[in-house]
Amino acid sequence: MTRRYVLRKVIGALATLAFVLAFNFALFRVLPGNPAQILARNKLLPQDAVEQLEEDFGLNESMGSQFVKYLQTTFQGNLGISYTFREPVSGLIAERVWPTLLLIGVSTVGSMVIGLLIGIYGAWRRGSGFDISTLGGALVFYAMPEFWLGILLLILFAATLGWFPISGIVTPGANYTGLAAAADVMNHLFLPAITLTLGLIGEYALVMRSSLLDVMGEDYLNTARAKGLRESLVLRRHAVPNALLPTVTLVALNLGFIISGAITVETVFSWPGLGLLTYDAIQAPDYPLMQGLFLLFTAAIILANLAADLVYGFLDPRVRYA
Amino acid sequence: MSLLEVRDLSVTYRTQAGSVPAARNVNFSIERGEVLGLAGESGCGKSTIAHALLRLLPEGTTTSGQVLLDGEDVLTMKWGALRAVRWDRASIVFQGAMHALNPVRRVGDQIAEAIQLHDKISPKATGQRVEELVEQVGLPGRRARDFPHELSGGQRQRIMVAMALACRPDLVIADEPTTALDVMIQAQVLNLIQSLQADLGLSMLFITHDLSVMVDVCDRIAVMYGGEIIEEGPARAVFDTPVHPYSKALSGAFPRVGEERFRRAPVGLGGDPPDPAHLPSGCSFHPRCPEAFAECPKVEPRLYDAGTGRRAACLLVRSKNVAR
Amino acid sequence: MTTGIPQSPGDGLTPAPLVSDPEAKVPPPEMLQSPRRIAWTRRRRSAARTWAAYRQSKMGMAGLVILIVFVLIALGAPLLASRESISATGAEGTAWESPSAQFPLGTDNLGRSVLALTIWGSRISLFVGLVATIISMFIGALIGIAAGHMGSWRDSVLMRVTDWFLAIPFLPLAIVLASLLGASIWNVAFVIGITSWPGTARLVRAQTLSVKTRPYVERARALGAGNWHLVSRHILPNVFPLIFANTILVVAVAILSETTLSFLGLGDPLSVSWGTILELAFSAGAATRGAWWWLGPPGVAILLVVLAFTMCGYALDEILNPRLRRR
Repeated sequence: MTRRYVLRKVIGALATLAFVLAFNFALFRVLPGNPAQILARNKLLPQDAVEQLEEDFGLNESMGSQFVKYLQTTFQGNLGISYTFREPVSGLIAERVWPTLLLIGVSTVGSMVIGLLIGIYGAWRRGSGFDISTLGGALVFYAMPEFWLGILLLILFAATLGWFPISGIVTPGANYTGLAAAADVMNHLFLPAITLTLGLIGEYALVMRSSLLDVMGEDYLNTARAKGLRESLVLRRHAVPNALLPTVTLVALNLGFIISGAITVETVFSWPGLGLLTYDAIQAPDYPLMQGLFLLFTAAIILANLAADLVYGFLDPRVRYA
Repeated sequence: MSLLEVRDLSVTYRTQAGSVPAARNVNFSIERGEVLGLAGESGCGKSTIAHALLRLLPEGTTTSGQVLLDGEDVLTMKWGALRAVRWDRASIVFQGAMHALNPVRRVGDQIAEAIQLHDKISPKATGQRVEELVEQVGLPGRRARDFPHELSGGQRQRIMVAMALACRPDLVIADEPTTALDVMIQAQVLNLIQSLQADLGLSMLFITHDLSVMVDVCDRIAVMYGGEIIEEGPARAVFDTPVHPYSKALSGAFPRVGEERFRRAPVGLGGDPPDPAHLPSGCSFHPRCPEAFAECPKVEPRLYDAGTGRRAACLLVRSKNVAR
Repeated sequence: MTTGIPQSPGDGLTPAPLVSDPEAKVPPPEMLQSPRRIAWTRRRRSAARTWAAYRQSKMGMAGLVILIVFVLIALGAPLLASRESISATGAEGTAWESPSAQFPLGTDNLGRSVLALTIWGSRISLFVGLVATIISMFIGALIGIAAGHMGSWRDSVLMRVTDWFLAIPFLPLAIVLASLLGASIWNVAFVIGITSWPGTARLVRAQTLSVKTRPYVERARALGAGNWHLVSRHILPNVFPLIFANTILVVAVAILSETTLSFLGLGDPLSVSWGTILELAFSAGAATRGAWWWLGPPGVAILLVVLAFTMCGYALDEILNPRLRRR
């Protein structure tokens, strides 16, 4: 991969991050309901905390120096203090990161693997019963709010049948260790993960399918056949790798969807991750927490997009030499 | 025994509109070391024939007839035997190398793939052979490590030729190998193909719509129209003294320096090639034929004798024979 | 053109005569009208053709039928269920009733008929979806056409800004904005609208660029047309059909977004939309109580409406975007 390509992508990502920082700042200062006003209204915080915040964020100074202060505090990792929890936002985020990563990780991997396989098989056996029913299924799952699916699954499998727990990440009170603890978490993870996975599968399947259909019309597949390659190898060695390329970018594009999915699904299942934290922040409303989460989510997406660009450049030689 | 003998080859595509005959009762043969040219307008069925010879047509096509390669019928071979035959005994130089090559794999790897499929030799030996082949087509050996988009059109086509020769086939089918290229590059690639054919004693089926190119490269020419062969004979003879009215028009369309009739108006043929789904009755050429007469829409002509080693599917030829 | 078919074989020496058309064509009277009339007639005809092609699509027609049903339900809500029955004080049944003959979809925690709630919910959900889409398309089209039409550095700047906004994930941004602005249906529609314009802007810009290169634009310019004329008379009418299919898909997404925002508590608590029904139900513990009749119908309604919009959008896209047709 050329250094120029990598450099270009990295600089692009940094520029976007800079914009987002500025945007984040503007949102909470310029819009009606900026922190100064809110602080004045807010009755949750004791006076000394209010004064501390005012100093930290320089709310009594000019906009320019506020911005500088904002940049300073953000780069130091100080994202403010949560109104509701009375704790540093960064600490709260660090606590809740792992459950969310677990949920998102499992769901992304699951949906990618299953979705890609479905897409490949659907394209290969285009028009078959399998293909049509999976297309219909993907459409239906796309059209429903993913949290609603979660609610239905919760009602059926947790509330009614009792097969899975209703909420949380561990059974309260039971102090499992080692393997039993892991099993307990898995048990709690199952329903939220299935919900998020089902929501994502459709898109992977659809993109892989259409990408593979595009590739299947290409001449170089016929060249491979003419050389005497078996059909399954033609698919595996030539068609699928080329069809996979758009899917890589899809992962990055999907991140926005994954994050909103995480927020709502964690709310439904009371899964103690960043999503539930966001929900709590909304209810208060807890602006420092919201601001910190917003910055985190956006930065994560920018980085993920950068990673996807670099991976794509590694996979597709036509792009990296441009 | 001829190297390749095609008997009554017919290919029908199944479309939403019904069955479309792309090739009808095609017969020809190629001897060892011989180059047969297959000429005709777009849509006359030339590429279909090329693909049919190695059973590379898409699903939904019906093929009938026989394709005898060294006496064995390709069309009825088992898959395993067919895959062994492909590339090893007969290979194809495809048109439009940009699309016929996998864009994300190095060209050398793609040539190596062909070798690995048929010859069990070590990777190192394969690499050497690949370099040899690349140099044989006039490119420096290190170009094997390039990706298709890093090569020019002419270079890509040379790679296609190199790839076609990888397993030392008896027969090379060149499907419009120079059509997508600039004229200057065309000449280069044609020269390359010609010299390789001469050096290696290859048999070739050379497909193109450009008759003037064929005359130099081919020993014999077969002209196709509406899915059928309508004239066949020695290359020079067919080009200089065509017998079938279509061949006359095709040959006549290529301007010759000095000939009076090319100085003013373009010499061409009105109308369009026939729609394979709705072929005209009798002789499929009669609607456009300047020499058509009353019997033409009624009788479908076979290939009639038209001189030594020459045949043409025209009622005019038949009547000439009758008259003799 | 043929004067007669020769009865016997010819000599084969005369070259074929060139084909000529003996009948010269006279333009029909309706063509001799003002350019505007001609343009509108042409547009009407192509719209008719599009409709004829659309009617062929089973998916498109199914989606359209579903949409019409829902629009009728939304418009006719007062006739189907009294406004009283969905207010907090007008509840007619007892709380948490499962479906029965009197209440086909059961009741909520206040004893209100879920069927009535779902019927009335269609109004706000569809309305917010529509308004949000209008806002999004308006901003997106404005920026897209401006970028595509003006070109050069202005285009680059606008597209760079658009890309930045695209990088920001929708829900977190929507949450922040909705939180700051307060909960009302207008605010929700506004928030969804201004968070979804980047996608539209890119699409409109791409179409503007392709339309810009067409000969009639160049000709109009050569004749001295100013920017406003070019945009309103040539670019907009030709870009519009291409983005129409996309618009329909945007409505579907907007409705889903409203549902999500309402579910998280950012919707208007005083209005009944499918999202607020779900929010209320969930907060009241309907899930743990297994009250599927309360949580189910609003979701099914959303599912059907979004499906319908998506099917219509895909069907239209296939017709207007010929590249997709070969599949």
